[in-house]
Amino acid sequence: MYAVRLWSVRHARGLNAFYRGFESVLVRMHRLLRALGHERLERPVAGIEKAVKGLLFDCRMCGQCVLSSTGMSCPMNCPKSLRNGPCGGVRADGNCEVKPDMRCVWVEAYRGSERIPGGVAAMSGVQFAVDQRMQGRSSWLRVVREKTEKSPQ
Amino acid sequence: MRFEDEPVPGYPLPILPGHTSPGRFERVLRAGGFAVTTELAPPDSADPEDVYKRARVFDGYVDAINATDGSGANCHMSSLAVCALLTRVGYAPIMQISCRDKNRIAIQGDILGGAAMGVCNMLCLTGDGVQAGDHPQAKPVFDLDCVSLLDVARNLRDEHRFQSGRKITFAPRVFLGAAENPSALPYAWRPQRLAKKVAAGAQFIQTQYCYDLPLLRTFIEHVQAMGLLGKVYVLAGVGPLRSAKTAEWMRKNVPGMHVPDAIIARLKGAEDQAREGRNICIELVQAMREIRGISGVHIMAYRQEESVAEIVDRSGILQGRAPWFPQRDAPQYSHRTAS
Repeated sequence: MYAVRLWSVRHARGLNAFYRGFESVLVRMHRLLRALGHERLERPVAGIEKAVKGLLFDCRMCGQCVLSSTGMSCPMNCPKSLRNGPCGGVRADGNCEVKPDMRCVWVEAYRGSERIPGGVAAMSGVQFAVDQRMQGRSSWLRVVREKTEKSPQ
Repeated sequence: MRFEDEPVPGYPLPILPGHTSPGRFERVLRAGGFAVTTELAPPDSADPEDVYKRARVFDGYVDAINATDGSGANCHMSSLAVCALLTRVGYAPIMQISCRDKNRIAIQGDILGGAAMGVCNMLCLTGDGVQAGDHPQAKPVFDLDCVSLLDVARNLRDEHRFQSGRKITFAPRVFLGAAENPSALPYAWRPQRLAKKVAAGAQFIQTQYCYDLPLLRTFIEHVQAMGLLGKVYVLAGVGPLRSAKTAEWMRKNVPGMHVPDAIIARLKGAEDQAREGRNICIELVQAMREIRGISGVHIMAYRQEESVAEIVDRSGILQGRAPWFPQRDAPQYSHRTAS
């Protein structure tokens, strides 16, 4: 929902802190998650993720969530799927070139990232090409896999 | 500036040390010249002569010609084809690549194909949304965005690999560019966005129209403060405004276009508005030449391409330099003064 999406950006700091906590809980549960089986969990977890993030961010389930480095403004809502910052077409009022009634997701992202400690710096990292195969899959489970595979305990 | 080895169409120049392409455009910039580029509007036709006719009006006034890729989301001859035609006779095109119409498979194929046809410069763009053009019913692709496209192109050139990681046997030797708009929101983040493009592989930048010099100056100061000027050449975008009415229309309808009220008022007050538009453009170009950190201008004169020659000529920005064009060194030109 558009209004909720704007609310989320205004509360980027809190949401980011909440997500950090949530992520560390998930990562700590990695053995349990592995025992249950990521493939078996994929559908239910992706379903919950879609419901929660869909409500808060109008999440498009790209499967490669970067909300923490985009000020809690989902870049996949950009009609051009820009993941590296605003295009040159942002209107003078800060609205989208393609959808004149919508705030530019990147103007919002910049506002949101200013509220997150280190947010603007995080936004400056290059986001590489998305893997379209991840569409619809859970980003949370992927993060758990990446974090635990990188530093096996 | 003249180089000893001016091009023979079809034969690439040697790559100078520290250069990534054999192109003249990169040579002019790296030699410290003030480069002039312009834009060729690809024809709605399959006749190659339509391309050559449009290129010829720039002869002797520009270092490189941008071939737009469905600009404004309108359908025209492809930029790859325009570039291939231009390189056949020795012009230095800048191939614009937009992410709107092609996925990464097609785009990487075009990068290799363009380089094989002698294209030395490529400009990586996201592209306008389809709603802006003549086919709003089309499917927008946007598989990549301009930054990930730069990264993909640079990997092809430097790592000799497709995005998939698969090796290629001969890398495209290209000079990579990107666009930036100093006059669009959020102003504060624009220089950082440029930094991102440089990190992803941009070696030159062509900006959107800059009619607001203070905004441009602030932008350049920030870019300089970030230490980017040694890594990227910035070409400022300009263009003649035909009339106050067109300026107002463009401000309203062209994405990312910012024209200050003072410019519109000046056009309104002029007797010959088109001439005043060219005068404004000439003054801007001259002012840009004086800004430290600006390495050239990109003159976009859509539907008034013939005015580019006048703008370059009257502004004196080339300082007597005659950029190469197909017949420049032919006898009838070089001996013109003797006859």
